[in-house]
Amino acid sequence: MATSTMQFKIYRYDPDKDNAPYMQDASVEVDFAIDRKLLDVLTRLKAKDDTLSYRRSCREGICGSDAMNINGKNGLACLTEIKDLKQPVVLRPLPGLPVIRDLIVDMTQFFKQYHSIKPYLINEGPRPERERLQSPEEREELNGLYECILCACCSTSCPSFWWNPDKFVGPAGLLNAYRFIADTRDQATNERLDDLEDPYRLFRCHTIMNCVDVCPKGLNPTRAIGKIKEMMVRRAI
Amino acid sequence: MSKLSIPVRKFDAVIVGAGGSGLRAAIQLSEAGLKTAVLSKVFPTRSHTVAAQGGVSASLGNSEEDHWHWHMYDTVKGSDWLGDQDAIEYMCRKAPEVVVELEHFGMPFDRTDEGKIYQRPFGGHMSNFGEKPVRRACAAADRTGHAMLHALYQRNVRANTQFFVEWMALDLIRDQSGQVLGVIALEMETGEVVAFHAKATVFATGGAGRIFYSSTNAFINTGDGLGMAARAGIALEDMEFWQFHPTGVAGAGVLITEGVRGEGGILRNSTNERFMERYAPNAKDLASRDVVSRAMVTEINEGRGCGPNKDFVLLDITHLDPATIMKRLPGIREISIQFAGIDPIKAPIPVVPTCHYQMGGVPTNYKGQVVGDDGTPVRGFYAAGEVACASVHGANRLGTNSLLDLLVFGKASGDTVIENVRSGEIGLKELPADFADRTMARLNRLNTQTGGANVNETRLELQRTMQKHCGVFRFNDMLIEGVAKILDIEKAVARTEIKDKSHVWNTARVEALELDNLIEVAKATMVSAEARKESRGAHVRDDAPDTPANPNGRDDVNWHKHTLWHRDGNRLGFKPVIMKPLSVETIALKTRSY
Repeated sequence: MATSTMQFKIYRYDPDKDNAPYMQDASVEVDFAIDRKLLDVLTRLKAKDDTLSYRRSCREGICGSDAMNINGKNGLACLTEIKDLKQPVVLRPLPGLPVIRDLIVDMTQFFKQYHSIKPYLINEGPRPERERLQSPEEREELNGLYECILCACCSTSCPSFWWNPDKFVGPAGLLNAYRFIADTRDQATNERLDDLEDPYRLFRCHTIMNCVDVCPKGLNPTRAIGKIKEMMVRRAI
Repeated sequence: MSKLSIPVRKFDAVIVGAGGSGLRAAIQLSEAGLKTAVLSKVFPTRSHTVAAQGGVSASLGNSEEDHWHWHMYDTVKGSDWLGDQDAIEYMCRKAPEVVVELEHFGMPFDRTDEGKIYQRPFGGHMSNFGEKPVRRACAAADRTGHAMLHALYQRNVRANTQFFVEWMALDLIRDQSGQVLGVIALEMETGEVVAFHAKATVFATGGAGRIFYSSTNAFINTGDGLGMAARAGIALEDMEFWQFHPTGVAGAGVLITEGVRGEGGILRNSTNERFMERYAPNAKDLASRDVVSRAMVTEINEGRGCGPNKDFVLLDITHLDPATIMKRLPGIREISIQFAGIDPIKAPIPVVPTCHYQMGGVPTNYKGQVVGDDGTPVRGFYAAGEVACASVHGANRLGTNSLLDLLVFGKASGDTVIENVRSGEIGLKELPADFADRTMARLNRLNTQTGGANVNETRLELQRTMQKHCGVFRFNDMLIEGVAKILDIEKAVARTEIKDKSHVWNTARVEALELDNLIEVAKATMVSAEARKESRGAHVRDDAPDTPANPNGRDDVNWHKHTLWHRDGNRLGFKPVIMKPLSVETIALKTRSY
């Protein structure tokens, strides 16, 4: 057994009993033959101390539950290799959103922004009997957009989102806005562009590109935002 | 008047679970204007439907001729004739309609050159009543479940569906007459317990794959709907049938879609042999899942496994064009790199059969109504998706029929609720005075338990016991011993202790409550498996071998029937398989081979 002790510093806060959050030192035995990912080790930590609270579900990077700040960078615990981590591993909740408890943040504002871009196909035309046709090339335009898992790693790493979470849609919301703009089946491109033509909703993006750096799915919100800006320019002339 | 009072909220309908079937039902109800609450332990797009990869079946015939009747034949055969043929006909006939509807909702399906929905071959999908493989699985790369779940959620955003996110349903409310009146649920953020009093209650709580140690399932798949139903006196149907997916990543358990074999992937043993040619000369690597899983375990048991411990086989796609892999299987490549540490373009993926899907569940008819042992609907109670047993999957589910099940029966249950509410057949009946007592007593027991059992350890013991005693191959003595062990573990579950007694986001409490549900599923599974003295579909016993009288060990004379497990007294009942379809002729019993 290739066991070893790993050291952690974990953000703890239980509103039932703590006046203020604090950083807790913790250590745990890991077995590198079984434990590969940070989530495996969190499971071990929780087995020792059942008060440690975090979200998790699929453990394979597709549900988006276990986003957190790991050694200063946002990521998914289930996709983070433990052998690459510098110790003590510092775990904090996603920055910029209110903390409910330990590593669990209140994501209301994040989802509010997602909902604000009307994240659904708008096509008021008569429903055809069969599927609406779309060429493979047109469908290709959705690649790199539809794969978003709404984990919030990107938006909560964005300084513009930290400053104006109520006004700036944020990288996740904008990536999804472009997912519908780019969809040939959607008829609301103009309304979508009108909605975003606003000093805050879109134009708070200053291409800092933290979003691209942290996206666990390798998506590029900055490029999607650039495409939206490009379409606005093109429709103005 | 009960001594324990909790807040009560009133709705026309409450849907428990916001995965594929819950969201599909919610679209029907919200768009019809019913006052509906959708409860989910996780934000809807985090439900486990998100992890489905390969496709959703429908005989669209976009690449070659196909017909719903062929799809129906394949499903009946895949079920090893345990599926109910009325429900199977209903599902296969409805498939093109619900898949096209999903496309209209915005689902980003891959496309053929003509711009139609892309379809790929899949295990057990054949044309012309079992003749040769057909392209029936409609796919969005290898992220079909993700694309589908998001499209369904998005349609609900448009319909203004009212969600209660991060609420865990704890118990079903039933009155003396047996009518279901809603659920009691826990708000995880506050710890508050609230009753959702409704005319109709729809269970869409998904599966319980976490009863096994090695599972493709998410942490949240703890059979909450099954536990609640069992505690409320509803029998569970065909719980001995669990699908072991042939290709879970060895060690990690993460799913590798059958779509990999649909795109040309091949299973190989330690001698590099394509061993499926010996087990299924016709369908080969695309035989039904139970057949492939058994072949793999046989190879491993006979010493032809790979790796230092000879405990897995290899899934090889190195012969495929890397461009095809990047286009059709990008997620699989990511998963292989992440969880197996190999790039499948360059090296084969180590895989092993892994618990994946529960064929059994809460008994329903094809309209999504939960039914009692005699087939009479339970008033006010509906179920769809993996928690339900319609039964369309019988003893073994065909790949891609699960996503189809969610769409067809999510929609059907929604439509039936609308019909029953509008006709006045179900109304808001008064809650019994003691409706919350049992739930509050359970919560109180957990809060005050001292010197009790550790939740994590008890769950692990349950999972290891299920894995060891109720796996791909089953043995009589192991099953008998398994029943005793699970009943022992039940005693520990009854006295679990948590250290964390706080109110806000207490995940220790949630995990203990989930264990209350897992144990019901484990009991149902082990007891039903011990009782069924034949081999059928995914349930294979070594004392029911392949003989001329009982091909593949199947005993139609004594066991062509559904199992019904009752929590009360841990006893079993049975009911006949519905062999009469809705409009076509019965697909008669036949030996199953691929």
